[in-house]
Amino acid sequence: MTFADNTIADMTPDSVIAPAAPIHASLEIKDIAVHIGGLVILERMSLSVPKGQIVSLIGPNGAGKTTAFNIITGYMKPTKGQVLFEGQDLIAMSPDEVAALGLVRTFQRTSIFAGCSVAENILTAMHLRGNASLWGSIFRLPSVAREEARLRAEVDNILAFVGLQGRAKEMAGSLAYGEQRLLGLAIALAARPKLLLLDEPAAGLNPSETGRFKELVRRIRDDGVTILLVEHDMHMVMSISDTVFVLNQGRIIASGPPAMVQNDPEVIKAYLGTGLKKRAQA
Amino acid sequence: MIQKIFGALVVLGFATLPFWMNDPYILGLLILAGIFIIAAISLNLLLGYTGQLSLGHVAFFGIGAYTSALLSSGFDVDLGFGTTLVVAPKPVWLSFLAGIVMAALFGWLVGRLAFRVRGAYFVILTVSFAQVMRLIALNWVDLTEGPMAINNIPAFTLWLPGLGVTTLTSKAQNYWLILAVAVISFVLVAHIVHSRVGRALIALRENEGLARSVGIPVTHYLVLSTIVAAAIAGASGGLYTHYVRIVDPDVFMFIYTVTMIIMVVTGGKGTLSGPVIGGLIFGLMPEVLRDYARPEVQWIIYGVAIVLIIMFVPNGIVPALEKIWLRISAFGARFLPERLRPRLS
Repeated sequence: MTFADNTIADMTPDSVIAPAAPIHASLEIKDIAVHIGGLVILERMSLSVPKGQIVSLIGPNGAGKTTAFNIITGYMKPTKGQVLFEGQDLIAMSPDEVAALGLVRTFQRTSIFAGCSVAENILTAMHLRGNASLWGSIFRLPSVAREEARLRAEVDNILAFVGLQGRAKEMAGSLAYGEQRLLGLAIALAARPKLLLLDEPAAGLNPSETGRFKELVRRIRDDGVTILLVEHDMHMVMSISDTVFVLNQGRIIASGPPAMVQNDPEVIKAYLGTGLKKRAQA
Repeated sequence: MIQKIFGALVVLGFATLPFWMNDPYILGLLILAGIFIIAAISLNLLLGYTGQLSLGHVAFFGIGAYTSALLSSGFDVDLGFGTTLVVAPKPVWLSFLAGIVMAALFGWLVGRLAFRVRGAYFVILTVSFAQVMRLIALNWVDLTEGPMAINNIPAFTLWLPGLGVTTLTSKAQNYWLILAVAVISFVLVAHIVHSRVGRALIALRENEGLARSVGIPVTHYLVLSTIVAAAIAGASGGLYTHYVRIVDPDVFMFIYTVTMIIMVVTGGKGTLSGPVIGGLIFGLMPEVLRDYARPEVQWIIYGVAIVLIIMFVPNGIVPALEKIWLRISAFGARFLPERLRPRLS
């Protein structure tokens, strides 16, 4: 029996989360299925993200990675299955409710408030950390003024963290592409996540930018934020992940530490195909 | 800071205007323009900041106008089953407040109905709402007098220090009242926009998906802004009623919504002073042109002016002026020491 026969998807749901996970898991996805029309996007997908780790979800294009992200963060509803974040079911929640629990995502396509300044982008993203009401804002109550000052003081820290110091007054839309990606990350961080979902953060970045991004992701993890990463840059994935899940055609076909997953025949087959071997045999 | 001083000077200039230009005709023009500017300020909160085009905004104006008119002149309405509801005339200021509350209630209703509805659907919903309101005003003759209009609406009464309760009969008094309401509306919207609530509204305009991902309940804020916008529009409707002292179903006409949108868009949507500038230009232009051109020509000039503004400064007059100001300050910066450089924020 090869390792490939013994993949997560073939196990019963209960044994999937077995490996020492249940107590320390930040996020658990149990048997998620998504059918759109007759199309099966995800088929009984399960994965678990342990607290404090960087977990990567990889797979060929169209494997269902972004769909999985949309389901976790409430942008889509699954046909069946459960998503538990610190024991709480997220399925019925809207994206803003999910974010309020401390689960924040970034987007595959660069997503910023382009018409606002960089500082305003961060302040907007700090929404959950303030509680100024409409009346408080209209009458400029002292508590509202204090809260505003507290949040503004923090903007520079966040910008410095991602390396955008000194750009606070610039229009977000006028930043270079790489800087916009960094701002996208800063926006997510400003919401102070417990679990950060990064959807292809390195897409379109050059190698040195990717290297810096990798370093940032590590530092975020070291600050105690759990990270679930979807990424195509295999070099990045293999060098920073604690655990890698491989998704293909809506199913998890392999999981484990990077070194193990890299040599998994199922994974190699999914990424490179088996055509050559078959032709050679024929 | 420069902006605040400049704003205070402008308000001071307008406040003293009746002393150095006590021409009832000009005051009358400014009063009507002011009423529309208040409505445009409220529309700007929706159109400029949340990015939602409300094509039925005049409905809130009309609701404010009718509520205030009916309560202040008293009415009786047949409720069916032989019962009649008789309402005695109420003080004008109370009716005015009731008009604001009623408009806000309808704002809440429209906001809730527009739940999950964005873009074109929001537009259709608001247009239909305004039309329904017009038809009700036209056909519920028992309550609204229909096309016969409600006449003899009492003028505004205010308690003024030293004078006691006075009726605002002179143009100057009405002018000051409207100026005061306009300033309050402006400051109110400015405070909202520059706050956590305002940032949530702008986030909805800029990128709704991203706004939700950082925990902003966008629908909640859309409803909130609709309520505030409706309340301010209701206030401007109330002012209109007690100034003109007659109200008919024409207050719900689509053209008034269009006028408000023209004021907001040409002035600069999403800028605080945009509706004021746009309102002054397009509120006064038809009257100013009256002295120089025949009616047909007036409207042609009006239309051409709109087209030219949209073509050359598509974001509106205020953003264009800001750009020029920034350029001047960048140029001046070469000669001025840091602390003297002009600043916009």
